[in-house]
Amino acid sequence: MNEHATSTQKPTPEAPLWLLAELTYRCPLQCSYCSNPLDFAATTNNELTTEEWVDVLRQARAMGAVQLGFSGGEPLVRRDLETLVGEARQLGFYSNLITSGLGLDEARIDTLHAAGLDHIQISLQASDPDVAEAVAGSRKAYDKKLAMARAVKAAGYPMVLNVVLHRHNIDQLDAIIALCAELDADAVELANCQLYGWAHLNRNGLLPSREQLETAEATTVRWRERLSREGRDMQLLFVVPDYYADRPKACMGGWGSIFMSVAPDGAVLPCHSARMLPMSFPNARDDSLEWIWYDSDAFNRYRGEDWMPSPCRDCDERHQDFGGCRCQAYLLTGDPTATDPVCEFSPHHHLIESARREASEDKRKAAQLTPRNVHESRVFCRA
Amino acid sequence: MKDDRIYRLRPGWRLQWEEAQGRHVLLYPEGMVKLNDSAGAILSLIDGERNVGDVITELRSRYPQAPADELQTDVHEFLDEAVQQGWIHHE
Ligand code: SF4
Ligand code: SF4
Repeated sequence: MNEHATSTQKPTPEAPLWLLAELTYRCPLQCSYCSNPLDFAATTNNELTTEEWVDVLRQARAMGAVQLGFSGGEPLVRRDLETLVGEARQLGFYSNLITSGLGLDEARIDTLHAAGLDHIQISLQASDPDVAEAVAGSRKAYDKKLAMARAVKAAGYPMVLNVVLHRHNIDQLDAIIALCAELDADAVELANCQLYGWAHLNRNGLLPSREQLETAEATTVRWRERLSREGRDMQLLFVVPDYYADRPKACMGGWGSIFMSVAPDGAVLPCHSARMLPMSFPNARDDSLEWIWYDSDAFNRYRGEDWMPSPCRDCDERHQDFGGCRCQAYLLTGDPTATDPVCEFSPHHHLIESARREASEDKRKAAQLTPRNVHESRVFCRA
Repeated sequence: MKDDRIYRLRPGWRLQWEEAQGRHVLLYPEGMVKLNDSAGAILSLIDGERNVGDVITELRSRYPQAPADELQTDVHEFLDEAVQQGWIHHE
């Protein structure tokens, strides 16, 4: 008997709490800041069926997942959304619909509500129809969104709006917040776009300047003061773009830690962006979610901290940010195991600085950026 | 805190027993609060019908071994906190 034996066994990971169901990559909009994969068109004919999704939901719930996001693409494109929402409710998920509002109407809101949908989040492009059109590639979209935001609230849901910010709309933040206040939103997420997928392709044309960002933050603070003076209960959350932060975000709360994402074709990912990494991911059509979560190489690859390079390995903050985002590390350095270059301690931090510089030299207008659509996507599809 | 006050969960929020975690959780848009045993026991009685006094009476009958004064104080403190956090509100 050896009392001093230390176990080399890794602790068993905790169960996932979050399931993101990316029902489809199809979408009527063409946002140049979309974070979907560039080659999304490859999966549009290969989506999981209703039965397959139901099975995914059951497995994830049995493992302990409780928060569920329906997203995409535009999840409303799937005619079986109501069925899936109903199933989710019965299983005990708290389900969130993340939508552009297109494809929604009062009747559909009522059906979704009756099926047990817990929450709806609508994305808004800008307060100015012209910018909204330039960015999303549709003018009709804008009026429709506002009408749907109102309808969602009328159905008894809190109105939670998500405004994706970038260089072409961030200067209108004051008007955007005014619009949200006029709509009587309960919460507004002012999120600078995450530079993955199409947004990364268009990075130089989307990244705002530091001055723009500072003005926008000041505007947000001013609005918060005004709202609280008026006794209004509208929450404003401002999300700084990674490229202007000095620490990386705690991406997904750590790889394979709480979050599991299932792509339209059944690929199971630790994060919806992870698909771009140079590695293969398991598929819900081939393996059980339980095996994928606990045993697959993909979910274990960057779990915990054994994989961490220097400087993260010896850094006191590694339990807070987990070394940052693997996708960002890969996109910027070509090495998915590198410290996220957003971190000021990263030996590659200069790449962020040069990205900001390059972006400041890009004079393209919003309408000149590459639209996210099937036609453009085919260019990126592997044969 | 008045004992005749009737609280309910914030609209859109849901209290649920999670077998996998062995506890009650409070679910809200894109988030979750993990509750300890007593918070779970109190919140599951907040249904928009019982008033605070009813909740205390019910808990007393469920936990007769708990000192009555303490139980009452605990309920009041927890509900105050829950109001502060925006989990519950009253009409
Ligand atoms: S970001 Fe735009 S294009 Fe991409 S899925 Fe969302 S609404 Fe569609
Ligand atoms: S060195 Fe790594 S762990 Fe430390 S703050 Fe930077 S990214 Fe986080």
